[in-house]
Amino acid sequence: MTEITIPPIDWRVAAQLSIIFGWASVLLVIALFVPRSRTRIVGYLAIAGAIVAAAAGVPLWGVNAETFSGMLRLDAYGLTLNWLFLAAAAITIVLSLDYLPRQGIERSEYYVLVLFATGGMMLLAQGADLIILFLGLELLSIVLYVLTGFAYPRNASEEAGMKYLLIGAFAGGFVVFGIALLYGATGSMNLRAIGETLARQALTLEERTYLLAGAALVVVGFGYKVAMAPFHMWAPDVYEGAPTPIAGLLSVGSKAAGFAALLRFLVEALAGEWRIWAPVLAALAIVTLAVGNIGALTQRNVKRMLAYSSVGHAGYILFGVIAAGATGGVAGQRGVESVLLYLIAYTFTNLGAFGVLIALEHRGEAAWDMSDLAGLWNRRPWLAVAMAVCMLSLAGIPPTAGFWGKLYVFTAAWLAGMGWITVIGVIIAAIAAFYYLRIVAQMFMAEPAREAPLPMDRALQVGLALATLGVLVLGFIPTPAIDLVQRVVLGVRG
Amino acid sequence: MNGVPLLSIMIWLPALGALAVLALPRENVAAQRSVSLGAALLALAAAIGVAFRFDPARAGFQLVESVAWVPSWGISYTVSVDGISLWLVLLTAFLTPVALAASWGTVERQERAFHALVLFLASGLFGVFTAQDMLLFYVFFEFTLVPTALLIGIWGGAERRYAAIKFFAYTFSGSVFLLLGIIGLYLLHGQATGVYTFDTAAILASLQLGALRLDAGAERLIFGLFFIGFAVKAPIWPFHTWMTTAHAEAPSSGVVDVIGLLIKIGAYGLIRFNVQLFPATAAWAAPAVGVLAVIGILYAAWIAYQQTDMKRLLAYASVSHLGLIVLGIFALNAQGIAGAVAHMVNSALTTGALFLVVGMIAARRGSRELKSFGGLWKATPWLGSLTLLLALGSIGLPGLNGFISEFAVLQGSWRSPGLGWRYALPAILGVVLAAVYLLHMYRTAFMGETPPELAQAPDVRPRELALLVVLAAPVVVFGLYPNLLFGPMQQSVTQIAHGTLPFLASR
Repeated sequence: MTEITIPPIDWRVAAQLSIIFGWASVLLVIALFVPRSRTRIVGYLAIAGAIVAAAAGVPLWGVNAETFSGMLRLDAYGLTLNWLFLAAAAITIVLSLDYLPRQGIERSEYYVLVLFATGGMMLLAQGADLIILFLGLELLSIVLYVLTGFAYPRNASEEAGMKYLLIGAFAGGFVVFGIALLYGATGSMNLRAIGETLARQALTLEERTYLLAGAALVVVGFGYKVAMAPFHMWAPDVYEGAPTPIAGLLSVGSKAAGFAALLRFLVEALAGEWRIWAPVLAALAIVTLAVGNIGALTQRNVKRMLAYSSVGHAGYILFGVIAAGATGGVAGQRGVESVLLYLIAYTFTNLGAFGVLIALEHRGEAAWDMSDLAGLWNRRPWLAVAMAVCMLSLAGIPPTAGFWGKLYVFTAAWLAGMGWITVIGVIIAAIAAFYYLRIVAQMFMAEPAREAPLPMDRALQVGLALATLGVLVLGFIPTPAIDLVQRVVLGVRG
Repeated sequence: MNGVPLLSIMIWLPALGALAVLALPRENVAAQRSVSLGAALLALAAAIGVAFRFDPARAGFQLVESVAWVPSWGISYTVSVDGISLWLVLLTAFLTPVALAASWGTVERQERAFHALVLFLASGLFGVFTAQDMLLFYVFFEFTLVPTALLIGIWGGAERRYAAIKFFAYTFSGSVFLLLGIIGLYLLHGQATGVYTFDTAAILASLQLGALRLDAGAERLIFGLFFIGFAVKAPIWPFHTWMTTAHAEAPSSGVVDVIGLLIKIGAYGLIRFNVQLFPATAAWAAPAVGVLAVIGILYAAWIAYQQTDMKRLLAYASVSHLGLIVLGIFALNAQGIAGAVAHMVNSALTTGALFLVVGMIAARRGSRELKSFGGLWKATPWLGSLTLLLALGSIGLPGLNGFISEFAVLQGSWRSPGLGWRYALPAILGVVLAAVYLLHMYRTAFMGETPPELAQAPDVRPRELALLVVLAAPVVVFGLYPNLLFGPMQQSVTQIAHGTLPFLASR
C-alpha cells in the first residue's frame, strides 16, 4: 500500500485566509464571554483582525504562487481584491457599530459572520480551481443569508433572508451542474488546465458543447451573485429587507467577489472561447444596464433605487470583463485593470451612500423614501455633502472615483473592438445621472419634510468620512490606484 | 519666464477662497463677503498678470505649466493660454468679482454657501479655458456643472428644482458624448502613433504632420461626438431650452446669469476642438451648422420679442447672440472666428450687465413682468442712462462694443466659401431684430407714464452704480478701440483659420 504523501503547503498563499478564518473562529469563542451590552468590543476586534490580515498582505506583494495542488493561488489579482474586501468589511463593521444597538439587534455573532463572509470573498478571489470557487461561493452565500435576516424584529428582513436563500440555492445548483459538465468535457477542474486544454483545440464537437453549456451554467450562477440581468430579481427585495450595512456589503463585497471569480474563470479557463461568450455577455451587459437604470429611475425608495443602481453598475463592470477576455493587443490587460478599478471606486462610493442611509434611520423606522432626504442640506450639511459626493461618483462625474472607473471601462471596451457597447453605455450613463441628481436636488433644493435625524455616533462619522474621502481622494489622485491595478496580470498572460 | 505658476494660482485661488469662506462662522456675513471678493480680486490680478506675460506676437499655447497627473495613461495637468482662451480667462476673472459684489444683499439665506459656490464655479471656468489636456478639460467642464446647478436650484425662483435638473440633465447628456469623443480620439491617436496622450497640442501636431490620419468616417464620428457635447452646452438651437429655463429660474439678482450661464464654454470648445483639430470635417459640416445657427438667431430673436418676463427676454437674446457666435466660428476664416470670440466677450458683458439691471429694477418693483414697469427714467435717471448705453452696446450701435464683433462675424460669414451671403443676410435680419426687442423692452420699462408704485423708486445706489460703470467701461473702450480686443487674439485666430484654408478652398 502506497503511503499518501501530503504535498508541501505554501503558507504564504493561505496567510490572509488563515488569519481571517482563524481570528473569526477565535472571536466566536471570545464572544461568549462578552456581555450583551458590550458587543461593540467584538466589533473592534473584528476590525483589528481585518487590519492585521490586510497588513499581512503587504510583504506578500509580488508573490505569485500556488498551493494545495494548485487549487489556491496568490497573485497580484487576488491580493488586490483581498485588500478591497478587507476594506469593505472594515467599513461595514464601522457603520454597523452604531446601527445594531439602534435597531435592537445587537449580537456579537454579527461581526464574526461579517469576517466569515470576507473569508468567502477572499476564497473567490484566490480560487484557481472550480471546487474552491464553489466553496467560496457557498460560504459567502450561507453567511449572507444569515446576515440578511439579522434584523429579525422586522418581517421584511426575514423575508429577504428567505428569498435570498431560495434564489441562492438555485444559483449554487447551476454552478455545481456547470462544474460537472466542465469536468466532463475537459477532465479537469483547474482553471488553467481547462484553458490549456482549450488552447490545444483537442476537444471534439461533443466535448465542446458540454464545455460551453457548463460555462454558461457557471456564468448564470455567478450572474446571480453579481446581480446582472436577468438574474437580478432578488436584489431590490433583499437589499430593502437586509440590515442597511449588510445591504451595503451585499452591493459591494459580494458583487466584487462574484466578479472576481467570474473574471478569473472567463480569462484563465475560457479565453479561447472569447468569440462566443463576448457577444453574449455584451448583450447581457446592455440588458443589465437598461433594466438596472430604468428600474432605478422609477423608484422613490432610496434603498431600492440603490439596489437597481447596483444592478446597473454590474453592467458597466461587465464591459471590463468582456474586454478582459480579448486576446491580442492591450485590450485584455486593460479589461482586467478596468474591472478592478471600477470595483475599488464602486466599493467606496456605495458604502458611503449606504452609510448616509444608516445615519438617517431611526430605531425601527425606515427612512428610505425620497422625502426623507428632503432638505437634508439644511439639517445636516455634512451628511448631505457626503451623499452628494457619492451620488456624483455613482453618476460618473469628475472629480470623483466613479468617473475614473467609467473612463477605464469605456476605454477598455473600445480597445476590445466593442465600440458600440460604449455608445450605449454612455447614453445610459446620461439617463442614470438623472436619478442620482434627483437625490442631490432633493437634499439641497427641497424644504425639510421631517425633523432632524438623530445625532451621529462617532463610529458612523468615521465610517462615512472614510468612504467619502476615499471617493474624493481617488477622484483627485487616481494615480496610486491605477498603478496598483496596472501591476495586476491575470493568468494566461503572465 | 520667472517660475511663478501664474495660471495655476489664478485657477486655484478662487477654490481656496471658497474653502476659506466655508470655514468662516455662519453669522459673520461681512467677513464672508470680503474674503470671497478678495479671492476673486486676487484671481483677477493673476489674470491681468497672465495677460501681461502673454506675447501677442506668437501663435499657439503660451505660459505652459505641466505636471504629470496619471502618467500611465498620458494624462497631465497641463494648463496654458492662447490668444482665444486669454480673452475668456480675462472675462471670467473680470465678471467673478462683479457677480460677487452684485449678490450682496440679494441672497436671503446661506450666503456663505452662495459665495463658495460662485468661487468654485470661477475655478472651474478658469480651468476649462486653460486646460490643454483633453481629459483635464473634461474634468473642469463637468466641474462647472455642479455649482451652477446648485446655485440655480437653491437660490432660484419658483421652478428652480425643475430648472436645475433640466440644466444638469441636458448638459450632462451632451458631455457624455464629449467624453466618448475624447476617449475615441485618445485611442485612435495612441494606436496610430504609439503615444497615448490626452495633450491637445500633441494630438494637434500629430494631425497636422500626418502622424495620425483619420479616415473621413472616423473623423466625422469624433467630430460629431464633440459637436453634440458643445452644441448642447453652447447651446445651439434646438438644444437651447435648458438655457432659457435656467436663466428664467436663476436667482433674480442676475448673478448666476452673469457668471454661470453667459460665459460661453460650448462655443469655446467648438473652436478649440472641432475647428482646430478637424478642419476638414468642420468645412464639411459648416453649411449644416450654419443653418442651425441662422435658425437660432432668427427664432430666438423672434421669441425674445414675444416675452413679457424681462429675464426670459434676455435669455432668448443670449441664445440669439450665441447663434451669431456659432455662425462666426463656422465661417472658418480669421474674421469670423475673431468676431465670434470678440462677440463672446461683448455679449457676456452687455447681456450680463442687462441681467444685473433687470435684477435691480425687479428688486424695486417686486416683479419682472415688463408690463408692470414704465417711466423708470423719470424716477431713476442714472439707471436709465446707463441701461440705455448697455442696451445700445448690445444692439450693436457703432462706437460701442457690440458693433465691431457683429460686423466681423457678418463679414466673415459673407466672405466664407462655406457660408456666403445666403447665411449672412438672415443673420443681419437677426441683428435688426435685436434692436427691436431690446428697444421694445427699454421703451416699455423706462419711457412712458410712471406707475405709482415706481414713482418713489430709489435711483442707483453707490454699489450698483459702481457695478454698472465697471461693466459699461469696456463697452465703451472696446467700441472706440477695437484693436485692444482683436490684437492679442490675432495670431491664434490666424493660425486656426490657416488650418481650414485648404479645405474651404476645395469647396
